[in-house]
Amino acid sequence: MRRLKAAAARGPLLRWTVLAVAVAAWQLTTRTHPSVYFPPPTDIARHTHTLWFSGPPTHAFLTPAATENILPSLTRMATGFALAAIAGIALGTALGRSRRAHALCNPVLQFARAVPPPALVPVFVVLLDFGTRMQVASIVFSAVWPVLINTADGVRNTDPLRVEVAAVLRLTRTERLRFLFLPSALPRIFAGLRLSLSLCLVLMVFSELLPGTANGIGFTLTDAQSRSDLLTVWAALVLLGALGYVLNTGLLAVEKRLLGSGDR
Amino acid sequence: MRRRQELLLGALGVLLALGLCEAVGRAGLVRRDYLPPVSEVLARAVELAGDPLFLDGIGATVRAWALGLGLACAIAVPLGLLLGSVPVVDEAVRAIVEFLRPLPSVALIPLVSLLLGSGTETKVALIAYASVWPILFNTVYGLGETDPLAKDTLRAFGFGRLSVLLRVELPATAPFIAAGLRISAAVALILAVATEILAGFGEGLGIFIAQAGLATDGTRDVLAGVVWAGALGLVINSVLVWGERRLFPWTPEHRGER
Repeated sequence: MRRLKAAAARGPLLRWTVLAVAVAAWQLTTRTHPSVYFPPPTDIARHTHTLWFSGPPTHAFLTPAATENILPSLTRMATGFALAAIAGIALGTALGRSRRAHALCNPVLQFARAVPPPALVPVFVVLLDFGTRMQVASIVFSAVWPVLINTADGVRNTDPLRVEVAAVLRLTRTERLRFLFLPSALPRIFAGLRLSLSLCLVLMVFSELLPGTANGIGFTLTDAQSRSDLLTVWAALVLLGALGYVLNTGLLAVEKRLLGSGDR
Repeated sequence: MRRRQELLLGALGVLLALGLCEAVGRAGLVRRDYLPPVSEVLARAVELAGDPLFLDGIGATVRAWALGLGLACAIAVPLGLLLGSVPVVDEAVRAIVEFLRPLPSVALIPLVSLLLGSGTETKVALIAYASVWPILFNTVYGLGETDPLAKDTLRAFGFGRLSVLLRVELPATAPFIAAGLRISAAVALILAVATEILAGFGEGLGIFIAQAGLATDGTRDVLAGVVWAGALGLVINSVLVWGERRLFPWTPEHRGER
């Protein structure tokens, strides 16, 4: 038992030490062997600060570059994710409730899911032109499938015994949905949401990387690339990595809260 | 419901979906050159199958996909076995991995194309980076699920660390690795097409789509390309699922469904 505790305490310490050593090694190597492509971490950190977080306190220290690029990206992503989640859960529940509807739609769904999402972005560019509408549409269209398919599977696999009990108790449709189908599908729904969240991030960046967009983190990336401004490229990468980490951690926290630890 | 009924309903669903798209395309809600009817798109997709230039493009995409995925396997499986069997190493690199993984791989396209140009190397490197993670995590997870009794038995007979790994742990982990490979295969296709669309020149399915998108009434070609991309994804996935079922019929994922 004591050994286990010691190991648990050693884990995070070891983890962070190794990370710190890796970053320090990177710093040392790039200082002694300067490379245009791999700037030292301190330079990246300083550049990130001046680029986005050195604004006035009244704007929460955000610079205009941050409000003009980071906020639109986040808004588009949040809108896309919310729409995909709502549509996916609603349609998935409907499909999961009826075996017939599921059999009817399954091949079409499988095809829709198999299309690599970036291939669809040019279609949305033609239909909706460049801009937020096109970007949100391509995010929604790519991110809806994992939620939809997982919700349908989760609802379909509800314990038949509990369904019969619900019938005996004469629960109404909404009651059955609220107390039976959704709770039992929740773990699958969250698995789908996590997949679609990372797809949202990918599509958000991708739809902004295309020539023709005017703002966003992805735009910052291509813009910096075209000017060979490696520091900004690295800063944007760090920002996106941190964003991905925060979003995923946030969703996991919500999942833990909703599912409870003892439930599964 | 029987299997045949399900298939029939599925076919009916496909027909309905096609009919709906055809109707929308013909009804004139959207300009015809924006959203051509399905029949025209499918006809164009079939026509493309006879176009050697287009087939070369598909070949280029599939080659990059296979190379990247192979590279990812060559990195992820040994690394996963190492991380899974030596807990200290796992702990040590956990933080680095947690920082690298959430980075959306398409965001690396600008950096990697500055580093490697916009040729095949860039594509393969990005595909490999993106598809390493599912295989790596599944390998580590699978090792953790190995039956401890079998390991202990072998150890009691005096087998060394390596032979336990090769005789018990690797076979027990193989289904998990295969499942990771299937996820990675889809991710790799996404990256292949995404990199090509952004590169805009060279050859490949994504390049075909990107160039058709720039043409004045290229939507038909774009959609025909999308049909091909979807078909490619579907074929890849079906082949991998089929292979998994044949190789590892005992895994719970494949036992239930027939």
